[in-house]
Amino acid sequence: MSAFSAIKILPTHSVASHHHRRRRLSSFPSTCAADLFCSPLAKPIFSSFASASGRSVRGISANVVSDEKQLGSASSVITREEALDLYEDMFLGRSFEDMCAQMYYRGKMFGFVHLYNGQEAVSTGFIRLLTARDSVVSTYRDHVHALSKGVPARAVMAELFGKATGCCRGQGGSMHMFSREHNLIGGFAFIGEGIPVATGAAFSSKYRREVLKEETCNDVTVAFFGDGTCNNGQFFECLNMAALWKLPIVFVVENNLWAIGMSHLRATSEPEIWKKGPPFGIPGVHVDGMDVLKVWGVAKEAIARARRGEGPTLVECETYRFRGHSLADPDELRKPDEKAHYSSRDPISALKKYVITHNLATKSELQTIEKKINEVVEDAVEFADSSPPPPRSQLLENVFADPKGFGIGPDGKYRCEDPGFTQGTAQV
Amino acid sequence: MGCGASRLEPGEDIPPGLLPFRRRLQELKRSRTEESRRRRRERKDSIVSTTELLRPEERDADDFETTEEEISRAVAEKMTVRDALNSAIDEEMAADPKVFLMGEEVGEYQGAYKVSRGLLDKYGPERVRDTPITEAGFTGIGVGAAYYGLKPVVEFMTFNFSMQAIDQIINSAAKSNYMSGGQISVPIVFRGPNGAAAGVAAQHSHCYAAWYASCPGLKVLSPYSSEDARGMLKAAIRDPDPVIFLENEILYGESFPVSADVLDSNFCLPIGKAMIEREGKHVTITAFSKMVGYALKAAEILSKDGISAEIINLRSIRPLDRDTINASVRKTNRLVTVEEGFPQHGVGAEICAVVVEESFEYLDAPVERIAGADVPMPYAPNLERLAVPQVEDIVRAAKRACYRSVPMAAAA
Ligand SMILES: Cc1ncc(C[n+]2csc(CCOP(=O)(O)OP(=O)(O)O)c2C)c(N)n1
Ligand SMILES: [Mg+2]
Repeated sequence: MSAFSAIKILPTHSVASHHHRRRRLSSFPSTCAADLFCSPLAKPIFSSFASASGRSVRGISANVVSDEKQLGSASSVITREEALDLYEDMFLGRSFEDMCAQMYYRGKMFGFVHLYNGQEAVSTGFIRLLTARDSVVSTYRDHVHALSKGVPARAVMAELFGKATGCCRGQGGSMHMFSREHNLIGGFAFIGEGIPVATGAAFSSKYRREVLKEETCNDVTVAFFGDGTCNNGQFFECLNMAALWKLPIVFVVENNLWAIGMSHLRATSEPEIWKKGPPFGIPGVHVDGMDVLKVWGVAKEAIARARRGEGPTLVECETYRFRGHSLADPDELRKPDEKAHYSSRDPISALKKYVITHNLATKSELQTIEKKINEVVEDAVEFADSSPPPPRSQLLENVFADPKGFGIGPDGKYRCEDPGFTQGTAQV
Repeated sequence: MGCGASRLEPGEDIPPGLLPFRRRLQELKRSRTEESRRRRRERKDSIVSTTELLRPEERDADDFETTEEEISRAVAEKMTVRDALNSAIDEEMAADPKVFLMGEEVGEYQGAYKVSRGLLDKYGPERVRDTPITEAGFTGIGVGAAYYGLKPVVEFMTFNFSMQAIDQIINSAAKSNYMSGGQISVPIVFRGPNGAAAGVAAQHSHCYAAWYASCPGLKVLSPYSSEDARGMLKAAIRDPDPVIFLENEILYGESFPVSADVLDSNFCLPIGKAMIEREGKHVTITAFSKMVGYALKAAEILSKDGISAEIINLRSIRPLDRDTINASVRKTNRLVTVEEGFPQHGVGAEICAVVVEESFEYLDAPVERIAGADVPMPYAPNLERLAVPQVEDIVRAAKRACYRSVPMAAAA
């Protein structure tokens, strides 16, 4: 065992059985997460719970909506501004995705569209803590990560509509969001492929500081991916290298219990993903991904560790998607009671309730935010709809950074400048 | 190949794959009056439905006179590519317990594109095995199982994801028989949708025909119709070597006419043989997968201008049926190749080389090569359409090859 210990934030118990134990955790996240992270010698205080827990992943989470005590613990650490920022960001994610569903059914967007409903606390809880220079690497379920990172709703929506004003000029689409300006570096549609890329981004941060002597460079990368992805080799390969080279990265598993129609338990020999960090010398943390304050608390410390140069952290967020895998998924395999259990734990309603009962804001203040966000989303749709499609000439642009990429013709000019370029014998 | 056709003896059990058709037969009997107006036709003629093609007097010719035999042929008339693939796997699994299906979502989800629908119920989770998302892992496991004589059918949710298993396919599957001096054969099938679907952008739209076809040790098949799908998949499963079986998502739901022979459980098509879908005199057009349908449509249009195009459905990309291609070009003296993949080092490039090597002196015009645009697939629908070959592109290229004047395409 490495110097690190496994760190478990929540016990792996069914909702029904863990109630009394929960009180022992009530200091979280104000102190508990930080203390546990900082000390490599921290006792794995919940490891006995974990080993006794069996395979019940579904039961890990608590019902934050009805568990006042639990949420109360965070009030000392979150300010009104922070809480409202989290609320606004989560609400934006939800409202944006609901609009995407409508627009997809109206034929405004195409192909595979994977929505994020239900998982907002993860994106918000992590990304709102990042600086503009920090990087985010996402998957095909990437719209909301883009929004949290600050990519304007207009640019994301226009991309989804396949318009020239989209954040990738209409060339990437739903599964391939990029924004250099916001350090959102994909948008990867293949399982696992984003993890090495994210690890490379973290590598570059360390390289710039240590080799290029950019002493102020302490940029952190956060990589988001699903439970199903944790069975892919690239995950393990990168845990190894990130730990080996102490890279400034946080691996965030959005465990929504399903990979399309494959239940996490049916696919995974050891379903507690957070436990896979310690064998590589990486702290593993499990957190209730339906509770944005808990995610935010864990995220703060994990990001800070990375920034201090203490290396990677693996965080497993237990969450749930409220819609099918993509808008084309009939979603027939998930049981209604499971769906009901998680929809009663909607992270947005939970935060709303928390904010109001802790007098951080009034109901009407939250409604003002909601109204504002709905307008932002409406505006994004109008913008996207009225934007022009990419011009025909754009088809051949951007294949290479080098404008000579398409070669130089016999006249000494770039071939791509020749208007007849596409009329060669390989006609398109 | 051991693919000879033999018919069911009377009273012999119907193989499981045929059961749906028996059910359909019964349904059909019920609506016999209506159906009896339809008549079987040669599948060569067109891909549009029968009744549209028949003249009114023909349509009524066999009114109410339909025999059981005719009904059964009529029933067999249409089948989707999805059903064709499903029945082929089903029959081969029924026939040989060494055959099993493995991949993501093939079982409980019934297949990402529902190609394996019903198979889990029939054969159980040991033989219809859902895997975690680990292409390198399960592909390698399939290869290892094949070393020991099992006959895995490995489904890639799409062939794009086979990139994560490329080492296992090329190094472990394709080369083993040779490296081991013939001791280790690898009877495995890798199958799944390949090439462009709609709106799924750069990473999900790649055609891998040329990639896999460039590798010795692999056989690469790409069906167009339901007949192709059934006959070639069954051949692939029975074949002792690794076969890459490239399907097309857009074709899954398309129905094609199939004869009773095609529905026979012993039906099998030879690997390495192309099929002439439509005979013609003036220009040869080669295509595979979805592009065969486009080429057939182009041939219809060309025929109105007096150009008679011969359409070759390649079926097998490797081995490539050089004989059929060359014989056709020697007859028509002109060649247009069509594919959705990228132009450079593509299937068309290889066909061009084959014709130049063997039939150079027969060519009356430069070879026309139609391929996808030389760019990753864009998402925006207007650009996407520009990036994949369209029927008009084929018509234009064929006319050019025949030295007919063609209106210039809009400038890039
Ligand atoms: C290499 C690869 N194989 C298969 C797929 C098809 N696929 C897309 S999403 C998905 C499930 C992923 O599940 P998970 O990692 O849990 O993420 P979630 O969708 O639940 O967010 C699969 C199998 C893919 N995109 N890439
Ligand atoms: Mg998942």
